[in-house]
Amino acid sequence: VCFIPGGLDCSISFVSHVLGKVCVHGRQKEILGVLVPCLTDLTKSDCIWQRICWRLVECVPDRWMEAVVFGFVQRAPGAGVLSRLLGNLVVKNKKAQFVVTQKILLLQYGHTTTVLQNLLGYLSLDGHRRTLLLRVLQELLETWSSSSAVKHSPVEQQLYISKAILICLSHLKEPEIESCRQELLTSMMEGMKCHLDSSLPKLRRLGMVVAESISLKINTEGPVLKFEYEEDDETRELKSLLVQTPSFYVVPSLPDDDRSEKAGAALPLVLESNEKSRTAAPVVPDEELDAELDSDDDLIPYDMSEDKELKIKAPVYIRDCIEVLTGSRSEDTDKWEATVKALESLVRKNPAATREVSVELAKILLHLEEKTCTEGFVELRQRAQVAVLTTDPIPVAKYLTSQFYSLNYSLCQRMDILDVLVLAAQELSCPKFHTKTKHSGAQKPCIQLLLGSDSSKDWRRIVDERIKSKTRRFDMGQSRVELASRPNEFSSVAGYFFFPLIQHFDRPLTTFDLLGEDHFVLGRLVHTLAILMYLAVNTAAVTAMGKALLEFVWALRFHTDSYVRQGLLSCISSLLLSVPTEQILADMTEELLETQSWLGDVMEKDPDGDCRRLALQNLLLMENLKKKLEAVPS
Amino acid sequence: MALPPPDPQFVLRGTSAAVHTLHFSCGSPEPDIPLLFSGSENGFIHVWNLKTHRVDTALDGHGRKSVYCVKTMGGKDRLLSQGRDQRICLWDLAEGRTSVTDSVFTEHVGFCRCSLLKVAQGRWLMAMAARSMEEVQILELPSKTSVCTLKPEVGAKLGMPMCLKLWQLNCGSQPVLLAGYEDGSVVLWNVSMGKVLSQLICHQEPVMSLDFDSERAKGISGSSEKVLSIWSLNEQQNLQVYKTHELVNAGISDITIRPDKKILATAGWDHRIRIFGWKKLKPLAVLDYHTATVHCVSFSDHSNPQERLLAAGSKDQRISVWSIYAQT
Repeated sequence: VCFIPGGLDCSISFVSHVLGKVCVHGRQKEILGVLVPCLTDLTKSDCIWQRICWRLVECVPDRWMEAVVFGFVQRAPGAGVLSRLLGNLVVKNKKAQFVVTQKILLLQYGHTTTVLQNLLGYLSLDGHRRTLLLRVLQELLETWSSSSAVKHSPVEQQLYISKAILICLSHLKEPEIESCRQELLTSMMEGMKCHLDSSLPKLRRLGMVVAESISLKINTEGPVLKFEYEEDDETRELKSLLVQTPSFYVVPSLPDDDRSEKAGAALPLVLESNEKSRTAAPVVPDEELDAELDSDDDLIPYDMSEDKELKIKAPVYIRDCIEVLTGSRSEDTDKWEATVKALESLVRKNPAATREVSVELAKILLHLEEKTCTEGFVELRQRAQVAVLTTDPIPVAKYLTSQFYSLNYSLCQRMDILDVLVLAAQELSCPKFHTKTKHSGAQKPCIQLLLGSDSSKDWRRIVDERIKSKTRRFDMGQSRVELASRPNEFSSVAGYFFFPLIQHFDRPLTTFDLLGEDHFVLGRLVHTLAILMYLAVNTAAVTAMGKALLEFVWALRFHTDSYVRQGLLSCISSLLLSVPTEQILADMTEELLETQSWLGDVMEKDPDGDCRRLALQNLLLMENLKKKLEAVPS
Repeated sequence: MALPPPDPQFVLRGTSAAVHTLHFSCGSPEPDIPLLFSGSENGFIHVWNLKTHRVDTALDGHGRKSVYCVKTMGGKDRLLSQGRDQRICLWDLAEGRTSVTDSVFTEHVGFCRCSLLKVAQGRWLMAMAARSMEEVQILELPSKTSVCTLKPEVGAKLGMPMCLKLWQLNCGSQPVLLAGYEDGSVVLWNVSMGKVLSQLICHQEPVMSLDFDSERAKGISGSSEKVLSIWSLNEQQNLQVYKTHELVNAGISDITIRPDKKILATAGWDHRIRIFGWKKLKPLAVLDYHTATVHCVSFSDHSNPQERLLAAGSKDQRISVWSIYAQT
């Protein structure tokens, strides 16, 4: 398409119409694929072509403006190019403004990071458009800091909004930050709160990264907000968005400003300069000293063979351990530490002695607080608790489950109880793992439940494996070595672990309300129940457990926290995997049908991607069940 | 065939509290009785008669707060004690008196023992940790006038001073202070000018105790880790590490070099007293008597070398007195 540049006032509105109509019919790729590179080249240095281009897009009728703008935004190779092509369209045309500032950023979330960068870069490049940039930032922050948005919108959308916020922040100049500093601060505080409240670790981390970045921008001198979280590709990518890439920008000074700002604000503490102090470089002693008459030879050393490392002995009897751990003598911290370290092995070596004092020991361990800075204290305590629970399951399980619902425990302690129950259940049901685990580094059982781990991920992996193994139906063959079999010790005690936990979940206490604020603990409880259900395969109580679990899941199925819903779906999975098919069909047919329709709903409408996946898995499992039944001759 | 280590010559019991500091006063000729001063955690200073092995006097001047430093000032009649009540007390013990003649309110809440240096007849310099975290104050006694305050530069981050030693090369030369700090470094200060002459990082952990031999210009420091560090002072007044010695168990509370500079003793957290030859730091003996951490060691100042003793005070409330390498 070539034009006659001749100072003539040509009307190109018909071209705009054509463009608009083509785009709205969905042919953006074809036409813009040719048009955009062409225009990019032409408008590079030629002002007239730029103006022509602007007129082109401005003349597109409103009803097709959206499609055209979308097309351009997605196809432009950089913010500078977009600026040249669209000019101040967003300022002049209401529809374009809506598309750019509202639709793409707030109502959709499928666009790539590059598109976001181009879009926001485009907004930042012109003085007229910068007001829009600020407005956009405010609206993004409003969404980011709104607690209902955090709770109900999908994780992908929240990631998208966070990226947009970071890119906006990277474009802001100092005077602009000054003017909206207060608002930034308020949104940061509110948003941080909502994000940290969330049960999903991914959202928490997102919140932390964005809050840190905002803090970095508004506090150029003085301490900045710094969270502790594990860096991974996502967080690194997000952080890199704060620093602009210099390639596409007309104004070269901006990227430098940002980078030096960031570096300056990053580490407020200056590490020791060490100019005056010297490091220890040993000086070789003079030769002369050796030649001197060594009067030291007169001094004959005594026998020093007894001089060995001082070892604090841990007590050898369980009751002594109890005394040390409950003792009020704060002097004996060495002994206390040695006792904590030795306790697990002592418990395992002396099962009879442990059984005499098992509940007391469990009580002490549940309340044990770290006295000295012992390495791995949390793990040591947990392993000791598991050892006690497996040695004397019934009374200790009764104690622990009753304490879970008692007053005056911290959330940490309640979750500790859940973790210990699961680890012990696992040990009891697959005893061969126990002999191999010596230290955390060695063979780990597949379900690790130390505080803070994302059990839903591990859980899903296990369910996946199980499903895989079921659907493929491999025949292992004779070459497989038979593993030594031991009786399933979990069978007799599964009920004691499971039923008390399910009993009181709807009874709130003054300090503990599972259905209210403490939904994070509810999520952990649900996951725990799922694992206990899974481990109860081949036990006598499994059917009763299954029924109870189904009722429990049914009561909670509309819970707003996605972590809880994921747990509920895992419960269904374990139920379907553990309870023998015949029992399921004999006792639970109606409930299962209801569950099936609920699962269908979840699969289609649940905002959380993980929930949808789990629901699909469950439906597949149910399908398998049906097929299995049909395969068996009645 | 090496002999087994000797047993203590005698053990002093009766403090009823952990012993934190010891000081001998055996220099005066007969008929004066050799004495040992000990400071305990219950705030008492016990004056032990080394002939009868009993307490002659018990001094109570620190409000039952732990006494962690005792020193004599030119004879057994004048005593200086430092306690956790943030005070340094000067005692007059002549002719059976037991009164506090003067006291200095240090406002120091740590455990840093003060250091005394006699600069002229009747005049002493005392270095002590002051109220401010990193500072060391030098006072002149008995006038209690401040000579100077040694402040590390801003940003040096030395931490609290942990141990001090004032010394001068000979009478009349400039007094110098060696200070060990919480960050593991030893700093040499020029007292009159109040400036740092040299600084050396000797340990990774706080310096617990140090001692210095001005004749050989060599010093030794112990810390809460397993390493003893020996450093030297060269002509330019610079500190350099001479060698290090690794111990079996970590933690040294006190180090002292015998006045004849032949041996030194260390008090360990592992309940053991170790004796080394000073020249080459040859390990000589490990005295394993106490059942709790040894807080302090001290050599006596007997004029007759044969009578020299070593005393160690421990958390187990006993003071063990040894006669070791007295023949050399």
